[in-house]
Amino acid sequence: MATAFPFSAIVGQDEMKLALLIAAVDPKVGGVLAFGDRGAGKSTAVRALAALLPKMKVVVGCRYNCDSDRPADFCEDCRVRAAKGGLKSAQIPVPVVDLPLGATEDRVVGALDLERALARGEKAFEPGLLARAHRGFLYIDEANLLEDHLVDLLLDVAASGENVVEREGLSIRHPARFVLVGTGNPEEGELRPQLLDRFGMSVEVKTPDNLADRIEVVRRRDAFESDSDAFVTKWAKDEGKLRKKIIAAREKLAAVSVPDVTLERAAKLCMALGTDGLRGELTLMRAARALAALESAKIVTDDHLRRIAPSALRHRLRRNPLDDAGSSVRVDRAISEVLG
Amino acid sequence: MSGAAVWSDAVTAARLFAVDPLGTGGVMLRSRASPVRDAWLALLRTALSPSGPVKRVPSNIAEGRLLGGLDLNATLLAGRPIAERGLLAEADGGVIILAMAERLSSATTVHVTAAMDAGETIVERDGLSLRMPARFGVVALDEGIEDEFAPASLCDRLALHLDLNAIGIRDAGEFSANAEETAAARAQLPLIEADADQIEALCSAASALGITSLRAPLLALRIARASAALAGHSRVEQDDLALAARLVLAPRALLFPQKEEAAQPEQPPPLTEGEADGSGGEDLNADIDRALDEVILAAVQAAIPPDVLATLRAGSAGRSHGRSSGKAGPLQRSSKRGRPAGVLRGALRAGARLNVIETLRAAAPWQAVRRREAAGTGEESRPRVLIRRDDFRISRFKQRMETVTIFVVDASGSAALHRLAEAKGAVELLLADCYIRRDQVALIAFRGSAAEMLLPPTRSLARAKRGLAGLPGGGGTPLAAGLDAAFMLSDSVRRKGQTPTVIVLTDGRANIARDGGQGRPRAEDDAMSAARQLRGAGIAVVLVDTSPRPGISGETIAKEMGARYLPLPHADAATLTKAVLASIG
Repeated sequence: MATAFPFSAIVGQDEMKLALLIAAVDPKVGGVLAFGDRGAGKSTAVRALAALLPKMKVVVGCRYNCDSDRPADFCEDCRVRAAKGGLKSAQIPVPVVDLPLGATEDRVVGALDLERALARGEKAFEPGLLARAHRGFLYIDEANLLEDHLVDLLLDVAASGENVVEREGLSIRHPARFVLVGTGNPEEGELRPQLLDRFGMSVEVKTPDNLADRIEVVRRRDAFESDSDAFVTKWAKDEGKLRKKIIAAREKLAAVSVPDVTLERAAKLCMALGTDGLRGELTLMRAARALAALESAKIVTDDHLRRIAPSALRHRLRRNPLDDAGSSVRVDRAISEVLG
Repeated sequence: MSGAAVWSDAVTAARLFAVDPLGTGGVMLRSRASPVRDAWLALLRTALSPSGPVKRVPSNIAEGRLLGGLDLNATLLAGRPIAERGLLAEADGGVIILAMAERLSSATTVHVTAAMDAGETIVERDGLSLRMPARFGVVALDEGIEDEFAPASLCDRLALHLDLNAIGIRDAGEFSANAEETAAARAQLPLIEADADQIEALCSAASALGITSLRAPLLALRIARASAALAGHSRVEQDDLALAARLVLAPRALLFPQKEEAAQPEQPPPLTEGEADGSGGEDLNADIDRALDEVILAAVQAAIPPDVLATLRAGSAGRSHGRSSGKAGPLQRSSKRGRPAGVLRGALRAGARLNVIETLRAAAPWQAVRRREAAGTGEESRPRVLIRRDDFRISRFKQRMETVTIFVVDASGSAALHRLAEAKGAVELLLADCYIRRDQVALIAFRGSAAEMLLPPTRSLARAKRGLAGLPGGGGTPLAAGLDAAFMLSDSVRRKGQTPTVIVLTDGRANIARDGGQGRPRAEDDAMSAARQLRGAGIAVVLVDTSPRPGISGETIAKEMGARYLPLPHADAATLTKAVLASIG
């Protein structure tokens, strides 16, 4: 894998960067969808995030990335091994797993391990991408072009947090909780509404239109490509700071309080927009809390709501094809009505 | 530009691409299969280093072959899964040639662009999980005519866009390119420096030309570097920049550059240390900057034929934001593969697709038993994996043809505005429904003396909204022209393997003939013959009669077309959508 472009060196794209950071602080927010212009650095940002994330603790040798600190969530293998005693733990980079468009079903959910079956006649399960992405990120580039049968698989697992495999005489279930990250270009087709709904936040990505930013993007990209090691070293300090900020925010998250008045405003905002179900309110609240934690605030304020509402609600509006205003405009309108 | 000049640029492009195939992305070569194209490809081969592979990718390549997967022969022989490299991985360190790039399926396009971005292919197929390096340059051969183009996402990543359609083999004079020269330039390339002002100049030139994508100035910078390396410069010089602007920026231009633009002074002054030791010095710096910008813009201006820009402007009128590049054409979509619908136990009949991996999985648990049996019969030369007929697993695909719904809307007369508004609403409602069905929608309007395609087949709501903004209305009723346009579009839709359904919204009262002449009888005759053409081709048509009192003329036309006749004097978007969905089924 080639060296990733440093996250902090990405020019502009504040909304996308913020959404990714929030997802890193609180995975429960439920993933990020970045839709927008070609060549605006959507994939770059996701790859950069992978390099930025603090490491996580796992049971050594576990194929499902079980957290050694949470025996309650162990997979069957780990339970058996824990009973015998002597589980070891290690720090590994948070997995950011690519779900490539040409993937086949068996590799996504897992299947009979062919090599062991053929060579030794053993019936063993070979975990798929969903297992590998557990506790990490599952990244789909060009999510709008993903084949329907793969989307169907994802929908179920993303909602339940568990992968159930019933095939080839295997009967396996294992935890698969991951942050779904998708990118795409709306010119090439829409996303299925069911999949859209699985993303906690959706951001619109535009190529910067002010000249100074554009020049800076090209300049940094050029410097990175000419000598990536030197460039990464130059930005290492900023990356370290940002990483610390994520770790600190995770610790503070539980202590951030959400006053009733803020909850009420969040509910009003969702009602004004007519978003379906409670998921919008829940995501809005969680995202606002993660934002507050990132900024070391102890209380979630209207300002946090205002800044995160477009990302959290934009894709949940009931579609009204006859209303020409884009969903961002409608969210902005509602924000100014409710929050003033 | 003269033919010789075009050819000379094409030669330069080939040499530049050969120096840095990976960095420059590649070449989009728009040309019919012709001796000129062959000459250019031959030239490219002489310029490329002989060690790098050159792989040709047919437009209908199977996904497994492109990305790699299970090597069946080797797997069966060895008795364990053996991976086979895909074409993209085989092209590592070399060049791929995409044949008929205008017909690339979206899946193939995505795999190629993903490999270009990551420098590797990621395979998660057939029980294999592999990452293989795939760093290659791309030559996309675009044989499209008129509005057929190679996918925009691919074009955006290719630095050089050439169009050789206009020139003949006579223009293709001698050329000089050789691998040694390329190798020398390659060695020089990492040492070439470009300073901040030059990067800035390319960025401002791109902005002035209305180019949104940031890949354009970045690719231009790499071409400038390659050009400097070829010319033996130690750093990027002004003529390298001018060349890069001409070859990379000009073909993507959406706007004609404005000289002395008001926006120019807003640029932040370049931060140069140690140079600004007096006001005179700063002025000088600013002058040099302006001169640099002007050199680039002049290079671009010379390269843009004026009529091209006029059509581009017309095409992008009404867009608030020049979002898509100039090459954005209707995207190709392949429906040939169908949606995989699971695997079944079955016999290998003709046309059935054996799912190798599932077959092996089915056979695997029995190997020990079968080997024991086989040993009893004393077969010595038995294969490593014993497969019985029961093991065969067949892939099933749901063969659902993609539907393209073509709205043909009468935009003439007084009721036009209402009709158009409702048709527009119906298009958007249908599209909202479409992403579940994965269907496409197109819209043709006819008024005055001709028909006009307002929305080429699309699945994108964003594009539809842009295309439908500000529909014109009023004038005569050239029904024949509208039906002819519908027939032509249906025909091209069919050739892509999709099923067209035509929805005509009209009151059926034609008054403009095919040749634009006035007079009801001739106009009606023409409309009838156009209608028969549609019936002859067996295209499904629904005629929605929108006249206040649905009359005999609408019904007659419908009969001639073999169409379903639907009198809807007060057609509104929702009713219309329901009627259409019912007729598509």
